[in-house]
Amino acid sequence: MKVPVLDGRLQQSVRNTFFHVPMWFGMMIFFTVSVVYAVKYLSSQNPAHDNYAVEFARTGTVFGILGTITGAVWANYQWGSPWNGDPKQNGAAIAILIYLAYFVLRGSMNDMDKRHKVSAVYNIFAFAMLFPTLWILPRMTESLHPGGQGSEGNPGLNPNDSAPAVTSFMWIGVAGWTLLGVWITTLRVRLNFITEKKLNNA
Amino acid sequence: MHKLKTAGLITVCCLVNIFVMAQDKNNITTEEPTDFMHSNGKIYVVVAVAAIIITGLFLYVLNLDRKIKRLEKENKG
Repeated sequence: MKVPVLDGRLQQSVRNTFFHVPMWFGMMIFFTVSVVYAVKYLSSQNPAHDNYAVEFARTGTVFGILGTITGAVWANYQWGSPWNGDPKQNGAAIAILIYLAYFVLRGSMNDMDKRHKVSAVYNIFAFAMLFPTLWILPRMTESLHPGGQGSEGNPGLNPNDSAPAVTSFMWIGVAGWTLLGVWITTLRVRLNFITEKKLNNA
Repeated sequence: MHKLKTAGLITVCCLVNIFVMAQDKNNITTEEPTDFMHSNGKIYVVVAVAAIIITGLFLYVLNLDRKIKRLEKENKG
């Protein structure tokens, strides 16, 4: 596939669309799965659902951090500095911090029942903040990312301005990296099940 | 076998973009590259980004490996 070259600003680095962008799609998918399991836990009180919720949130956070670092590298050579206080950058950083607090909150409680319940409730609130920080707030001001005020469309990418080939390869990348993340997550979930079973038998 | 196929598909999906061909050099209008990262149409920025992601996920799996090792030790003793 050839990437279109407009004016020599992005050049080949537009190919980061295949790596940087899927991280964020993956993160949003993992956090969505995580909140679904949190709701399931609250209605069923089944600790297995908490296991899924926490591991998907963990993988989502890892993807978010990788997305931030790769974004900073790209921004350094594209926008001149690693952190430009862009609304999208700040929003994503806030979202990740909210999810890091989720793990701190979990770790602070020793009573398992309480830990599962409180973290499931917090998970729902964290998810409620995720989309405003990523989708709504960045649209309301000017942004270095595509979208933002003045240029209509999605604040993360701009499907109307992207070459069709770039968009389709990006979706393949989203599928690949997300599936890889799902696989790692299920490995962790399975290990947790074995560990718990062992603790219960001991 | 089924697992192998799944793993293979995931790998292909993740890395298929390697086969994305290089840009034709004739119609590029660029500023002069100032350093290594800006040379060759900033392609090394992409290399760095891909390397960071692979390293990050590798560390994440390494962490899982440590957890498994701990369990194995407990099972032995």
